[in-house]
Amino acid sequence: MPDYTLKIRRYDPESGDAAYWQDFTVDLAPERSVLDGILRARDQEDGSLSIRCSCQAAICGSCGVRINGKSALACNTKLSDAAERAQRGGINNEATSNGAIVVEPMGNMPVLKDLIVDMDAVHWKKIQRVVPWLLPEGEPPEREYIVDAEAMIDVTQSMACIQCGACVSACLSMEVDPEFIGPAALAKAYRFVGDPRDAHHEDRLRDLAEDPHGIYDCTHCFACIEVCPKDVAPMSQIMRLRRRATGDYAIKDSNNGYGHEKAFVDIVERWGTLHEAQLLPRSFGDGSLVKGQTRPAAVKQLIDSAPAALRGLARGKVSPRKVLIHPKLPDQKEVRRIYEEIEGRDERIELNLYIVGEEGEGGADDKEPVQGESGAES
Amino acid sequence: MPQHDVLVIGAGLAGMRAALAAAEEGASVGVISKVHPVRSHSNAAQGGINAALNPEDSWESHAFDTIKGSDYLGDQDAIEIMCREAPQELLHLEHLGVTFHRNEEGKLGTRAFGGASAARTYYVADITGQAILHVLYEQLMKHSEVFRYEEWFTTALLQQDDGAMAGVVGRNIRDGSMELFPAKTVILASGGNGQVYNPTTNALVCTGDGIALAYRIGAPLMDMEMVQYHPTTLAGNGLLITEGARGEGAHLYNAEGERFMEKYAPNKMELASRDVVSRAEQTEINEGRGFPDGTVSLDITKVPRKRIHEALREIINVGRDFAGVDITREPIHIKPGNHYTMGGVKTDFEGRTPIAGLYAAGEVACVSVHGGNRLGANSLLDTLIFGRRAGQDAARYASDTGMPKPSYASLSAEQGAIEAIIRRERTGRRVSEIKAELGATMDKYAAVFREEDGLRTALEIVKRLQQEATTTATDDKGSVFNQDALGALELGYMLDNAELIVMGALERKESRGAQFRTDYPARDDEHWLKHINLSVNGEIPEVSYSDVTITQWQPEARTY
Ligand SMILES: Cc1cc2nc3c(=O)[nH]c(=O)nc-3n(C[C@H](O)[C@H](O)[C@H](O)COP(=O)(O)OP(=O)(O)OC[C@H]3O[C@@H](n4cnc5c(N)ncnc54)[C@H](O)[C@@H]3O)c2cc1C
Ligand code: SF4
Ligand code: SF4
Ligand code: FES
Repeated sequence: MPDYTLKIRRYDPESGDAAYWQDFTVDLAPERSVLDGILRARDQEDGSLSIRCSCQAAICGSCGVRINGKSALACNTKLSDAAERAQRGGINNEATSNGAIVVEPMGNMPVLKDLIVDMDAVHWKKIQRVVPWLLPEGEPPEREYIVDAEAMIDVTQSMACIQCGACVSACLSMEVDPEFIGPAALAKAYRFVGDPRDAHHEDRLRDLAEDPHGIYDCTHCFACIEVCPKDVAPMSQIMRLRRRATGDYAIKDSNNGYGHEKAFVDIVERWGTLHEAQLLPRSFGDGSLVKGQTRPAAVKQLIDSAPAALRGLARGKVSPRKVLIHPKLPDQKEVRRIYEEIEGRDERIELNLYIVGEEGEGGADDKEPVQGESGAES
Repeated sequence: MPQHDVLVIGAGLAGMRAALAAAEEGASVGVISKVHPVRSHSNAAQGGINAALNPEDSWESHAFDTIKGSDYLGDQDAIEIMCREAPQELLHLEHLGVTFHRNEEGKLGTRAFGGASAARTYYVADITGQAILHVLYEQLMKHSEVFRYEEWFTTALLQQDDGAMAGVVGRNIRDGSMELFPAKTVILASGGNGQVYNPTTNALVCTGDGIALAYRIGAPLMDMEMVQYHPTTLAGNGLLITEGARGEGAHLYNAEGERFMEKYAPNKMELASRDVVSRAEQTEINEGRGFPDGTVSLDITKVPRKRIHEALREIINVGRDFAGVDITREPIHIKPGNHYTMGGVKTDFEGRTPIAGLYAAGEVACVSVHGGNRLGANSLLDTLIFGRRAGQDAARYASDTGMPKPSYASLSAEQGAIEAIIRRERTGRRVSEIKAELGATMDKYAAVFREEDGLRTALEIVKRLQQEATTTATDDKGSVFNQDALGALELGYMLDNAELIVMGALERKESRGAQFRTDYPARDDEHWLKHINLSVNGEIPEVSYSDVTITQWQPEARTY
């Protein structure tokens, strides 16, 4: 069995010392998870190494961390994949990894100890913010509420959220505006706005639209879609909230400064063009979304929401063409093709993984174009 | 000093349902959980929840399936209650906001499940447990009058001089502080003990804490020998492929390509009871018709692709991420693996234990509605029905009881015990080593097939491990998130659980439900149609028996 080196960010709040890096070498099969690696190190070398974990199956949402700079669940990231990524060079990481798998606590939340962050202070506070319970009108019926099957499947996508916080950790807007309600909480909000049994859709939407840190504070950066282990696609849920707000209730973006775009441009300036531009190709090109091939719908979802992101880019001084079609980015032909495809489309189709799943063999055609072509690419 | 009428230990389905029910009755309620509530193991339930809600279905049919599934060890009065109340409970969840699957008319839709004579399993894709757990947590956030002690670990149950409940001692995992929680009633809702075995489908938190805590203060345990092995788990890591897969039409094959269930359950085939299917698989494997990795194969490609995507999406992920298999295109290798604790703290159907003020509900408890074998999708139902009943009864009981005053001495005793573990020098084995040996031992000797010699060996090993556990040390010497110290406490609980499972299995000299003794291969109603109860009594647990309640279904031979 191969040896893997994990470079883990340690922090002991009781020691008075600053956070530091510690290397652990574990001998495990390549398909085992990064969490298995961490637990092996804890079991055999240092029992004080701390991480929340329980299900080991990407269900409980406990083990969110950053692996080679990317927010993820430790339990569904394979050691071999993580090592391969580390070899190619971690993204924006202060630790020089030398091929080691770099594991840090999630971002945008205070660290309590080692890999454990304070979810209450950020994540759960934001969940509370969106009035996270059903508000039906009057007494419940004697039997079940009769609701459209599709509507239930539709909100089940946001129900699939395991509250792991990976999206919160990765959210660029939240980095700029810590008050931003954020991807997970807004996806949770859609779970009620999309639920026909809830009687307060308009109030909810108005509230989230009027809050300067609400639905218009998202910069379409895709990060949440990219990192979400459950395909909740928070950004898409936010876009749906916006469409419902404007389409169904004519609620205007009262903070029409498009502060989010400014923030986005700020980030682009701060982090550099290449980094931001990489977001799209990363999602389309070599990210897990395409690689699996079993999730073509996710790719389509990305493409679907892309024009908005591009328009955002266009309004801030950055030319999307220039950014996207950057000589340093790999696979120019493919990027150009994707760019042209998304620019050429003027209408957005509502897409949802569960609904796509339901369409069956006939519907498979529907998802073919993107899958077929990106399949040819890899 | 936080004091409550009703203090619930555990925030899975049973715990949250109990807390909400007690609060509705006007009690002051606290919920202690060692993990954040939505991290609880109830999350893992993919398949669904049973209720005879369809007009064509009946609670009697549901009850009969449950009783037959239990191999007639389930108590029929309790089962009647569960099955009668199931439809109302399901509708209650629907009204709270659970996004159950609908049919074309917009009404609740069902799927088929093992051991059931009608399709009566209601579901949310394959995240049913998660969806219900998160919706109950939504309600808990709404009802802010319920105090939540999230990431608090219960280390002891406290009694008054007359034996009645006085409260608990808890440790705040976030800062290591210990607290006395006086409470008129305590409801254990702390889940099962799957971690006693390795591999298991159960999460790392399922260490049988409540079972051990109750046992230690003298509450009797029941049916501890009944440990369910689920027929479809992944070989290496024990991850579960939901029974929903077979419910949707997946088939089982041995290495010779034979659909072997034809031999064992010609009528129900793959949808026979779990004990039956697990034994069939293990027989195939033991007799050399399995794959080299000790598995048989589950072919889900039989299920239409669109249906897989709609209803089994989570196991597409599990197959891809954890076995490298695309289940929509190829069969996946599986084997029986530890899954569920049928036994537990003995309660009546209000969740009461013989200790005044101590209740239990959910997987920690044994009412007993599952008897020798639990039917799929009956466990979530059990947690909710008996969680609610326990919550209501505890609130009523608390309303005319005074607040007990547990002594601070018990707090310092607990504090001292944990500090001793933390300060101890390492002289012996690591917690992880002991746990690994325990898991392998149980999986070898107290699994699908059992016999006297193996069980005796297991008991000896467990006894030795209990000794070794007294010398484990921690590397973590701090207070904040000292998971190392909690691991040592959990190991103690697991070893108690293991000992009691093996004791029960040794005692029951017949084969019934999940207990198959190769040395006593037949069911023996004459001598063993009874529950085995175990209570603390010095070195060796005291064994006693209690009757199985039979209302209208006499035991029959069990064929599927
Ligand atoms: C993979 C899998 C799939 C399943 N699928 C189904 C299904 O489809 N249908 C079905 O009906 N059943 C299913 N089950 C069974 C079902 O999920 C469980 O039996 C049920 O959820 C148990 O719920 P619970 O509330 O009793 O306990 P849990 O959900 O396990 O909750 C236990 C709680 O107790 C707390 N706790 C434990 N010890 C302590 C302590 N010392 N101090 C403080 N807090 C503590 C924990 O933090 C947790 O909150 C499945 C089980 C598994 C493993
Ligand atoms: S798309 Fe919006 S919500 Fe998602 S990470 Fe980017 S800024 Fe945050
Ligand atoms: S949306 Fe996805 S990434 Fe965000 S908390 Fe939920 S499951 Fe985690
Ligand atoms: S351990 Fe549960 S999500 Fe990773």
